[in-house]
Amino acid sequence: MQPSPSLIPSRSNLAGWLYVSPLVLVLVPFFVAPILVVLAASFFATDGFGGLTPGFTLASYVEVLHSALTLKLYLATIKFTALTWVLTLIIGFFVAYFLVFHVRNQLLAIGLFLLCTVPFWTSNIIRMISWIPLLGKEGLINQALLAMGVIHQPLEVLLFSDLAVVIAYVHQLTIFMIVPIFNSMARIDKKLIEAAIDAGASRFDIMRLIVVPMSKSGIALGTIFVVSIVMGDFFVVKVMSGGGSASVVSAFYEDVGVLQYPTAAASAVLLTLVLVAIVSVILRTVDIRQEIAR
Amino acid sequence: MSAVLAEMPETATPATTKAIAPSKGGRPWTFYVLATLFAFYVIALYGPMFCIYVLSFQDIRGGLVFPMKGYSLHWFVDLFTQVRTGDVKGSFDRSIKLAVIVTIITVVVSFLAGLGFRRRFRGDTFVFYMMIGSLVAPGLVLGLGTGLLFQAFGLNASWYTSALGAQLSWTLPFGVLVMFAVMSRFNHAWEEAAYDLGASRWQSIRLVMIPVLAPGLVAVALFGFTLSYDEFARSLQTAGSLNTLPLEIWSMTLNVTSPSLYALGTVTTVVSFVVIGASLGSIVLIQKKRGSRAKG
Repeated sequence: MQPSPSLIPSRSNLAGWLYVSPLVLVLVPFFVAPILVVLAASFFATDGFGGLTPGFTLASYVEVLHSALTLKLYLATIKFTALTWVLTLIIGFFVAYFLVFHVRNQLLAIGLFLLCTVPFWTSNIIRMISWIPLLGKEGLINQALLAMGVIHQPLEVLLFSDLAVVIAYVHQLTIFMIVPIFNSMARIDKKLIEAAIDAGASRFDIMRLIVVPMSKSGIALGTIFVVSIVMGDFFVVKVMSGGGSASVVSAFYEDVGVLQYPTAAASAVLLTLVLVAIVSVILRTVDIRQEIAR
Repeated sequence: MSAVLAEMPETATPATTKAIAPSKGGRPWTFYVLATLFAFYVIALYGPMFCIYVLSFQDIRGGLVFPMKGYSLHWFVDLFTQVRTGDVKGSFDRSIKLAVIVTIITVVVSFLAGLGFRRRFRGDTFVFYMMIGSLVAPGLVLGLGTGLLFQAFGLNASWYTSALGAQLSWTLPFGVLVMFAVMSRFNHAWEEAAYDLGASRWQSIRLVMIPVLAPGLVAVALFGFTLSYDEFARSLQTAGSLNTLPLEIWSMTLNVTSPSLYALGTVTTVVSFVVIGASLGSIVLIQKKRGSRAKG
């Protein structure tokens, strides 16, 4: 993606815009406009039956910000996000590390990598419900634990609990960590590590001073994916918690269900602002455009 | 996975430089620890999915958990013949059609955007971040906005209008990011050579770029199809009165407690695997053909 000095700027401006115009023509009506509609709706008044009165009132924001529920929802969402982020990061980092530095055969490494990525292209909902026969009250894990005599009554916390929500998230999202981290690790020159070993670095030093800093951009990219997906999710929370937990977006979904559009919109705008803040902090540390194109 | 998929055959470095030193001889203890972790990860990744595939082949007495109660195709027949489980056949049909349309648009638009982003132009960063925004925005919120927008213009939401657009706002960023990775490995000398030999812009795209970039374009198509076929959050408020398959599965998770839910999972995963297999297979095939031509 290097700029080509050979082209006259004005011509390349026009050509560039012509090439991206179809993209813009999709994103404006289906990303920019919907966001603006939600923003506008958050300032409207409602009759409580789904009818919106155009106008400008901050009532919905006041309602959202004053409700104790909001704080609870954000805390729950942050808890799920943080737990999922830490777990996906640890698993993703070491899986990528294993594939890049420990699998000596290149073809085998690519094969194992594909093995990790294939489920990404299958249905998330199906992957989520596939935990039911395992975690349920009569599921395999309880059956096994009962048979071994570890427990005497089936554990109920396995399914329809916060634990199940986090398991489902980690199951779905670790791939978003593995791929970018694998990508940046694969670019680390192995000679650098050989040199470090020759200079007397320990395994821990290599990890701390070479591998982690040089995988930072991959970690940042993975973090953007994981955080934005968990914070924007509602169906994993709804299904896997059995209705016991809620997140910001699942509350949004309930609001929409009872036609409380302005409150829902106000809460969505707040969530989007939080998300934008997080993503822009991450983007300051990494130029993802350079990163992907490198 | 984008970049890696696209660069698959080109990354082949000699296997000996691969391992952390020592590159020959015994493995360090960390190898065994990490290999165990990796094995656990893969088992946890595929194990649960495998369970529901197996459980979907129970007979009429079957339940949602092990042990297996008999073996039959009862729940698959049930899935496509029973009305109470919903309109599975119709939604399946719609999802495939929608995914094909999304795939075609995603490939064309991402390819063009990929060409455009090769050079800096005024406002390119703006377009880029608009795309990232579309990727990270909560899908349900975008879907609601799209639904309200259609309502405001008096248009009916349906799977081939509003849901199509909502899904494109999800597949296009992925497609363009894959194109970024693909394009960065494209040697500009080939294009220059085409121009030097008198090719028009269209000729150089059709005769040079598309054949060279073919594996990358297949990868974009794979993303377009599978992401659309499984898309849920953005379609929920935009699909109108007729469901797509993920929406059908969603409503089944809320009210169906028989293995027909698992049978549907098995069917849709088979479709996904066929698509993935065909895409990866054709990428390998293209590369192989190319390799033999280069040698011969």
